[in-house]
Amino acid sequence: MGYKRQVDRLPIIPADAKEFNVTCHYCIVGCGYKAYTWPMNKQGGTEPGRNKFGVDLSEQQYQDSPAWYAPSMYNIVRQDGRDVQLVVKPDENCVVNSGLGSIRGARMAENRPSRITGTQQQRLSDPLVWRNGTWQPTSWDDALDLVARVTAQVVTEGSEDDLVVSVFDHGGSAGGYENTWATGKLYFQSMSIRNIRIHNRPAYNSEVHSTRDMGVGELNNSYSDYEITDTIFVVGANPMETQTNLYLNHMVLGMQNGAKFIMVDPRRTVTVHSAEQFAGKENVLHLAINEGTDMVVLNAIMTHIVDNGWLDDDFIANSTFQGGEAVAQDAAHPASLGSLDHAMQSIRTSLDEAAEICGVDAADIARAAEWIAKPHEDGSRRKCASAYEKGIIWGNDNYRTVGAMANIALATGNIGREGGGCCRLGGHQEGYYRPDESVVGRPAEYVDQYLIRGLGGVHHIWACDHHKTTINAAEFKRAHKRRADMVKDAIDAAAGGTREQLVDAIVSAINAGGLFVVDMDIIHSQIGQNAHVILPACESNEMNLTSMNGERRLRLSEKYMDPYGNSRPDCLIAAGIAQNMERVLRDMGQDDYADKFKGYDWETEEDAFMDGFHQGNPEVTYDRLRAAGNNGVQEPVVGYENGQLIGTERLYADGRFDRHGRDDGKALFCASGWRGWQAAGRAREKANHKYWINNVRANIFWQNQFLDQKNDFVQDRFPYPFIEMNPDDMVDEGLNPGDLLEIINDNGVTQGMAYPTASAKRGQVAMVFGSPAGSQGNVTNGVNELNVPDYKHCWGDIRKVSNATRESAGISFKSKEITL
Amino acid sequence: MKCNRLVDAGRRQFLRGGLGATAGAAASVVMGTSEARAERALARVDYPANRLANLADLAVNAPMDVAYPDADSPGVLLKLGQGVEGGVGPNGDVVAYSVLCPHKGWMLSYNDADRTFNCPGHHSRFDAEAGGQQVWGHATNNLPQFVLRVDDAGDIYAEGVDELIYGRLSNTL
Ligand code: SF4
Ligand code: FES
Repeated sequence: MGYKRQVDRLPIIPADAKEFNVTCHYCIVGCGYKAYTWPMNKQGGTEPGRNKFGVDLSEQQYQDSPAWYAPSMYNIVRQDGRDVQLVVKPDENCVVNSGLGSIRGARMAENRPSRITGTQQQRLSDPLVWRNGTWQPTSWDDALDLVARVTAQVVTEGSEDDLVVSVFDHGGSAGGYENTWATGKLYFQSMSIRNIRIHNRPAYNSEVHSTRDMGVGELNNSYSDYEITDTIFVVGANPMETQTNLYLNHMVLGMQNGAKFIMVDPRRTVTVHSAEQFAGKENVLHLAINEGTDMVVLNAIMTHIVDNGWLDDDFIANSTFQGGEAVAQDAAHPASLGSLDHAMQSIRTSLDEAAEICGVDAADIARAAEWIAKPHEDGSRRKCASAYEKGIIWGNDNYRTVGAMANIALATGNIGREGGGCCRLGGHQEGYYRPDESVVGRPAEYVDQYLIRGLGGVHHIWACDHHKTTINAAEFKRAHKRRADMVKDAIDAAAGGTREQLVDAIVSAINAGGLFVVDMDIIHSQIGQNAHVILPACESNEMNLTSMNGERRLRLSEKYMDPYGNSRPDCLIAAGIAQNMERVLRDMGQDDYADKFKGYDWETEEDAFMDGFHQGNPEVTYDRLRAAGNNGVQEPVVGYENGQLIGTERLYADGRFDRHGRDDGKALFCASGWRGWQAAGRAREKANHKYWINNVRANIFWQNQFLDQKNDFVQDRFPYPFIEMNPDDMVDEGLNPGDLLEIINDNGVTQGMAYPTASAKRGQVAMVFGSPAGSQGNVTNGVNELNVPDYKHCWGDIRKVSNATRESAGISFKSKEITL
Repeated sequence: MKCNRLVDAGRRQFLRGGLGATAGAAASVVMGTSEARAERALARVDYPANRLANLADLAVNAPMDVAYPDADSPGVLLKLGQGVEGGVGPNGDVVAYSVLCPHKGWMLSYNDADRTFNCPGHHSRFDAEAGGQQVWGHATNNLPQFVLRVDDAGDIYAEGVDELIYGRLSNTL
């Protein structure tokens, strides 16, 4: 309880400390930070001339001061082979966060690996190869040779379909343009891999196919649009926790400027409560719908807007398709697309119907429609910035629900305009630049099932941990382990033999149903327990990394420290695999195939950047991005003038929509007709179990639980994954705060800690996602037609496992809602 | 009860950076008397032992405004009525905390209903009964707690702090 660092004094940043631009890599918002480093034998002083801030540090600094940093912002790290002191603190001059940190980003320094202070000693430092019954450290040459030999033999004896790949597609952390390019070049250019999936879902697909098919890219506004809008409309997102400084530094400003705030979410989140404090209760509308019914409420809002004529007629006439159906419903399109009239035939839903299905007041739905679209008294149109995330992306009927959201924005002319936008709020930053991936097809292969069915022989895993972040995780883990163990046993049996004998033994085990697993990660992950080769990667700031945030703001986050041990940037690991593939294939006499692995002679991550992103965006170089600093430039970059990159503040400002690739530039509406539970088995599971198990995130470890499992401040607060429960439900189940419980259903079992939550509805519990200490994915199953998972809907029963442990008994169980 | 907005006068001054200058006028702020002077050039901060109050001055769940280790570091002294880890006094229920939010230094207010410190800045909150643990919020440390000692006469002294106080890179300036 109340973990304290017992720090009573911190070294002062000297005036001449080195300074680096840092974009926080822990979430989509991409807040600007500054890193300062200086030698161990130097320190600044309190006199203004002796510290970086130029202020008198012998005096108390007041609120919002740039001249203070917390103990979590300090560490001692390696730089150019020397130990240096490091401070990483929020940048008050970055327009994204204006000096605000968050509980995640403001721990970047503390979450760096340090042999001096002992932080993050879980980081991998050397390649590991399974030998003699355990993982043995070895050289890169040895490890890469084994990877290439087994991979080359399997794909040449069989086909490239026998190589299964799990790989990040995002920016920040492990991703970024350098690393997505290198991995994409390897798997989509040198090879043509179809059995590939993304870090958080079992297929290689978009999470927002429908909005793209409608012509609307999902990150289309600027964060500043939230400041100048009339209404902020959020569906299935919790920005105070998960896009913290987008909420605090932009949405809150909007509310303070008079914006209304609408939230559609079955759960009362801290965002709702916080918005009530900032905007006043009368300006906040929370539609606490029944789970899985978002589409209905959206369709009713749309219908009410259409019936009242609150449409943007000019925009609809000029920028949207007019000729009825444009795209028919088929296997790749779970709804038809076309004109407003076409879509309305499926959408039409009365307020009363929606009230019945969604369990909210018809009058509240009408009020939401008014706040979104009813013109001002002087007749001018209302601006509305709308936003959504996993609540509907990982929800019921993803395609149509996301489409229903974009329908409203199109009908009201709120895309490409100031104060508008219809955006996903995002998780990681973006940083996708890869060769054409159309080999994957649509629907994309459900890769987890492919592996469960015993298919595929080699599994390359890049910074993915299915064990924590997939659906149907319990079955996946059993199958993956069984298959990987076959190969481990074969390796153990071949001990002492030659390399050729070892490779033969591995390939024989694969042919018997085994799986050879290669894991690229920064830590020894849970799925890494099944690996035969583990290759240590590094993160941003241990390398230079470019990414863009949720308003498409591209920055170079600069390298300020050495990669830990012998770890390497993912892009250079991919290059190493390619180079070894080329050599091995040539040895095998496969010259034509070997030639496809040429073109990876990169020395640095900058080389990978120039080979990839720069080719498509010739204006953009490291030097220009460095000069653009923490404010960077918003993509797409359209030019370079007077020493500055020229970006794009918001997409579609010209009223032309192109994300679907249509030449006419017209946006399409989605025929988002309600069809109840889209995934099979939902209604039965709901009927058979007592609790809806909602899948939620928490600000303290939203994207970086894999690091925070070794962070004392975080572990002290939540030693186990929390499961928010209504106190009366806890009494029913005989649970006290902090008791450990199991959630059980036909998919599997998972475990967590009871956290009493008065605002939780009876029969609804909210379990934090992605925890290393209890995977919510064990109990959830089901995908849509395009293999986008519905993590959000599963039901289970609850059983007490244990009284609170010493760790969980001492923590605070008070409400997360502020009382001012 | 005005616990939620205690000592507003002192608070407003603090936001403008003038608490030190006006502390004498804010009658409820206990400055304490110094038993020892800080020495220089030690590995750790040498904390003064300052008398904050006497046990008899405290009523249950009624926070008293104090300042420690000096006038520019506002805090509260609080008798919880129930023993807690780190509490002092005969019932082990007396605690004291800094009231500068460790996120961006806004002034916390005390909610006597659930015994938490709450921040108007960005809605972080800290549990007075759990060592200042952040219940929910943006700060990367829990609320600094003042280390207390009670002498035979019931006088309560602060003589240490367990975490870096917002706005200073050394707990003693
Ligand atoms: S809001 Fe996101 S990007 Fe900003 S500091 Fe927090 S984790 Fe980092
Ligand atoms: S200053 Fe307290 S929450 Fe930000």
